Amino acid sequence: MSLVPSSRSASHDWARAAQQWWGGWWQIVHFGAQILVLALSPSSYRRAQHGALTHNLYRATRPLLPSFTVLSALVATVIIRIVLATSLSYGLSRYALDVLVRTLVLELIPLSAALFVAVRYSLAAGDEVRTMRAQGGFETLLASGVDPMRDSALPRVLAGMFAVVTLAMVSSVLALVLTYLSVYGFATWGLQGFTRAVGQVFNPVIALIFALKTLFLSLAVSIIPMVTTPRERAVGIANADLTRLARLLVVILMVEVVSLVGNYY
Amino acid sequence: MEEPRPADAPPVAHLDMKARLLLLIVLLLIAAAVAYVLFARGAFDRTQTLVLVADNSEGVVVGMDLTFAGFPIGRVNRIELSDEGNARIVVDVPAKDAHWLRESSVFTMERGLVGATRIRAYSGILTDPPLPDGAVRKVLVGDAAAEIPRLMASVRDLIANLTALTATDAPLSTSLGNVQKLTQAMQGPRGALGMLLGNEKEAQKIITTLDRTNALLARLDGLVLKADGLAAKADTQVFGANGVMVETRATVAQLNGLLADARNSLKKVDGVLQEAQAIASNTREASNDLGTLRGEVEASLRKVEHLVNEVNRKWPFKRETEVKLP
Repeated sequence: MSLVPSSRSASHDWARAAQQWWGGWWQIVHFGAQILVLALSPSSYRRAQHGALTHNLYRATRPLLPSFTVLSALVATVIIRIVLATSLSYGLSRYALDVLVRTLVLELIPLSAALFVAVRYSLAAGDEVRTMRAQGGFETLLASGVDPMRDSALPRVLAGMFAVVTLAMVSSVLALVLTYLSVYGFATWGLQGFTRAVGQVFNPVIALIFALKTLFLSLAVSIIPMVTTPRERAVGIANADLTRLARLLVVILMVEVVSLVGNYY
Repeated sequence: MEEPRPADAPPVAHLDMKARLLLLIVLLLIAAAVAYVLFARGAFDRTQTLVLVADNSEGVVVGMDLTFAGFPIGRVNRIELSDEGNARIVVDVPAKDAHWLRESSVFTMERGLVGATRIRAYSGILTDPPLPDGAVRKVLVGDAAAEIPRLMASVRDLIANLTALTATDAPLSTSLGNVQKLTQAMQGPRGALGMLLGNEKEAQKIITTLDRTNALLARLDGLVLKADGLAAKADTQVFGANGVMVETRATVAQLNGLLADARNSLKKVDGVLQEAQAIASNTREASNDLGTLRGEVEASLRKVEHLVNEVNRKWPFKRETEVKLP
């Protein structure tokens, strides 16, 4: 007799966990859809919004840009040296450019840019929005005739996305320049061959996947920290950040895996 | 809306302008990157089309290069299956590189064991007419991987042969065993000779023969020495100071003198003969004169006879009419 309530409570727990899991993801998807609708709505870019938008864009990107650029340049230099030395020792140096462009520009830099922005900006920005919502700031703003989603959340999401794209772009260009300098040195004779190699890597499918991956990574990084899921409310404040980060990492991993499947299958 | 600003964030001077500048730079960067990729893909190049026909398009991917002398001069744009079941590889060649391709150009597709398939162009005669736009050419395929099954079959045969050779009851193994036995026999007391002849007695005979041969050779050596002495003596006799050769030489000199004398004698004989010839000719002339003289004498005699006859007739004395010639 005693087993029945126990198994009933276990299944109840399981059902509640599943409901929490599904509710959490649904909230994120719902919030993301709302943000996308707002992002595509012209009213979100009216003149009164410019201040908040530019402020957030600048706040999200400017402090991160120098440190990330230097860091990614250092890592890129190390990877370039490793790949060049390895390919040279195996007599496969003609594939080194291809490997470098694929490894650095297509895979590592967007991923690291997304993680960098998540840690340095999005988690903090999400915390602000969630705190505001928890303290009833949303209701107050709504009561005063201001849409908190449009005026508070959207600028931060757009700022996070912009930061990811900017960091990825700047670091990719820098990585390409470093690759060229490492392979050909300070000379211009290799520009044509280098350009051709880059063009071969960036075929239309790869370029589209690269753009979509960067977009979805930036979306994931910007949206997920903004949402307080039922499970986070259940586990408490201390573990909520970890849970949020784990969720973010899972999404980033999924985007990365899907892009790899698209690129190489 | 008034944005709650963090307490530790100092106000940024000219924030709006800086933010717009950042936005502009990033947009420009993205536009430049897109333009660069399009340029790298050859989107801005004027191209002409070349269609390569191959048995199969395995290893060929869209975007791969067509190279000439190691330099990429074209890019595969499309791969399609023709009505004849062949692969049609449509290559875009930029107009600035098209002059490397001529009517007589040859195209090859090589599949290496490592790395991607390569399409190469070879233009032997660069003065030929340039390849027209849309030209269709057969591509020659060199497939290193296709050699592997044949190579494997050969290797398998080789290994089977080696296995047969190195088997326990294989002829090679038996031969090696025999060689080992031979070697042991050669190391034995009878040595190689005993091994060859089979028993000690025969070997002893050979050894005795060898000894006798050695003795014979020693004697021959003595004989040769004597022959050498004889030869030296003969040399002295023939070529020495008073040897046959010197005397022969003197004799030859004397013979030369004799021959010279004989030559002089013959010359004298020749003179005598010439004189005799002259005498003979004189004699012939004298004989002719004698004939004439005889005729004249005969005529005189006839006249005398006639005169005598006349005298006799006229002279009454009987006389003998016969006239006696002196």
